[in-house]
Amino acid sequence: MEIAFYVLAVSAILSALAVVFAKSPVYSVLWLILTFFTIAGQYVLLNAQFLAAVHVIVYAGAIMVLFLFVIMLLNLNIATEPVKPVYMRAYEIVGGCVLCLTMVAAIHTSSFEFTPVNAYDNSIGTIEKLGVTLYNNYIFIFEVSSLLFLAAMIGAVILAKKGDI
Amino acid sequence: MIPLEHYLYLSIILFCIGAMGVLLRRNMIILFMCIELMLNSANLLLVALSKFHSDNSAQIFVFFVMLVSAAEVSVGLAILVMLYRNKPSTQIDLWKKLKE
Repeated sequence: MEIAFYVLAVSAILSALAVVFAKSPVYSVLWLILTFFTIAGQYVLLNAQFLAAVHVIVYAGAIMVLFLFVIMLLNLNIATEPVKPVYMRAYEIVGGCVLCLTMVAAIHTSSFEFTPVNAYDNSIGTIEKLGVTLYNNYIFIFEVSSLLFLAAMIGAVILAKKGDI
Repeated sequence: MIPLEHYLYLSIILFCIGAMGVLLRRNMIILFMCIELMLNSANLLLVALSKFHSDNSAQIFVFFVMLVSAAEVSVGLAILVMLYRNKPSTQIDLWKKLKE
């Protein structure tokens, strides 16, 4: 179990780096799909089975296919990025590393008590418990999100439509 | 049992890789992907905390984050297609005048 966490963590970090440094957008999308699968593996290890399934379906299944579809549609698979000066790239990489170091150091020196407050309950991530919570406490947000999707759908159609609306 | 700190460190590292990608790349599609990476690191942190607190409200929150990011990507890619019709390139530098 612990070995699985570290293997998934290292592969998530490496494939995330590959997303940033890949030359062609198609390779970036494929590396990002690998990153999402490793994060789904972390969800399974954390006993969030429903979220793992939804994560694979929504991210790897829908969002990444949308990205690939746009790349294929616009024929963007050739790397056409202008080369930035070396000092600029160095500044940006150092900036990202310093941000990471600052947050890790803040966690490391903080005096949080990282012990669990309650006993572990391994059934909280099941679809039954999540459904009860969702439809009892968050039903209004659930309904509002359907409006958000309707707005997003209409917006996407209007924005991508050719010519006058 | 894996300590909570390790989940914190993993999501911090993933978030910073995403932030670094936003700084480093000029391709709009890759910028979108880096934003997705940052959202996912926050999701991972929420799920870890929900396990450590035995409270599944955080997992509902992750569910809504996924939902909002799906809506965001669909509208964002539609805007990208619209911009591509005006100037056939996805370089973000070409649209500098939008910030003026």
